[in-house]
Amino acid sequence: MQQIFSFIIKNSNRLLFLLLLGISLSLTIQSHSFHRSKIISSANFLSGGVYERINSIEEYLHLKEQNDELARENANLKSLLFKTQDSTKIPNLDSLKGVLPKDIVVSKVIHNSFNVKENFLTLNSGTNSGVQPDMGVINSLGIVGIIDNVSANYSTVISILNMESKINAKIKNSNHFGTLTWDGKNAGFVQLIDVPRLASIKKGDTIVTGGQSVIFPENIGIGTINQIFIPDEKNHYYTISVRLFNDMTNLGHVYIIKTENSEEIRNLENQRKDE
Amino acid sequence: MNSTLIVNIFRFVLLLALQILVFNNMNFGGYVSAFPYILFIILYPVNGNKANLLIASFFLGLIMDLFCNSGGVHATACVLLAYLRPAFFKFSFGLSYEYQTVKLNDVLTPERFTFILLSVITHHIVLFLLETFQITFLLDVLLRTVLSALFTILTCIIIIYLIKPNKR
Repeated sequence: MQQIFSFIIKNSNRLLFLLLLGISLSLTIQSHSFHRSKIISSANFLSGGVYERINSIEEYLHLKEQNDELARENANLKSLLFKTQDSTKIPNLDSLKGVLPKDIVVSKVIHNSFNVKENFLTLNSGTNSGVQPDMGVINSLGIVGIIDNVSANYSTVISILNMESKINAKIKNSNHFGTLTWDGKNAGFVQLIDVPRLASIKKGDTIVTGGQSVIFPENIGIGTINQIFIPDEKNHYYTISVRLFNDMTNLGHVYIIKTENSEEIRNLENQRKDE
Repeated sequence: MNSTLIVNIFRFVLLLALQILVFNNMNFGGYVSAFPYILFIILYPVNGNKANLLIASFFLGLIMDLFCNSGGVHATACVLLAYLRPAFFKFSFGLSYEYQTVKLNDVLTPERFTFILLSVITHHIVLFLLETFQITFLLDVLLRTVLSALFTILTCIIIIYLIKPNKR
């Protein structure tokens, strides 16, 4: 017994080191696995608060760009309205098929990262504004990411510039689906994989979100085809490099989409997990 | 003894604030970024309590992870650096470093530079390896380590010279 004690006292630093290394390594490994909520995330009182303070100062530097973007979006929406016969009447969305957004929360990006392989954003709205994990985040130009962790007033977003993110996407005006991933290299481009070779595509075609996931409504812009790769002859799928509409390095206000059936679908998925 | 404790707490907070507010926003070409917050571990007193240093380094890294959304990457790199610090001292200052009064925040000598270089390279390679977590990016990791280490060492030396006490 005494030998055990003396061993512990003798090697106390080494044991402490191993303990701390074990904790931090397990946190690291856990953070690299998808679909597990993270313990260490910036959606908390401390870092969220600090980032919000910093952002309230930085905001002024981008006011002009933000105004331009808003004006452009307004012009777009106006043109949509004028195209309908009665310009005062909002188009009736119920006649369209697919998952429809139930509600949209306006939020602000208070921290953005784009230079590592797994990038996250921090937003300044949380459960108090009705934000839940797995909601889609977009802005006026296109998709931004998916909500990951939520606290009372802040939330973190898995950016599309995250090697773990996989989003269902398709070629506009066709039904050829693929999976949107990122190869971790250039912040201006993402990759669309698993598009069947039957699809007729060319450079410059628009890529939009597909209707297969409940996170994003159909037909939200992502980017245009920049380059088409054919891995080899036996492979029946294209890999497409997509130039993003969004400048992911400069994000201001974003919209969080609550979808109509998301609760029902989440309940179903939870049932499956319980079994 | 009390004053060193206060100095260390002050350093801990100040370097973290500097890192989060200034250096985390600096990134050149996606490859070059500086992490001068590890100066806390480098400048910790040579004869100071090692257990305290380990715990402090762990929390230093954990707070960085909190702000960077990176799991436990910084914490791992910091704990490892804190543990390997005595070995680096032995390597750069010779075996009897504990009996000499090694002061790091002073004029740059080859010994001090070797120590800072070793510490920064070790920290950065562990950090970037764990951050990418894929062997296919090994070349990428090495390039980032070398470029970022140069930048970090430069900022570290500038900070050391800035806070150097001008008694003599």
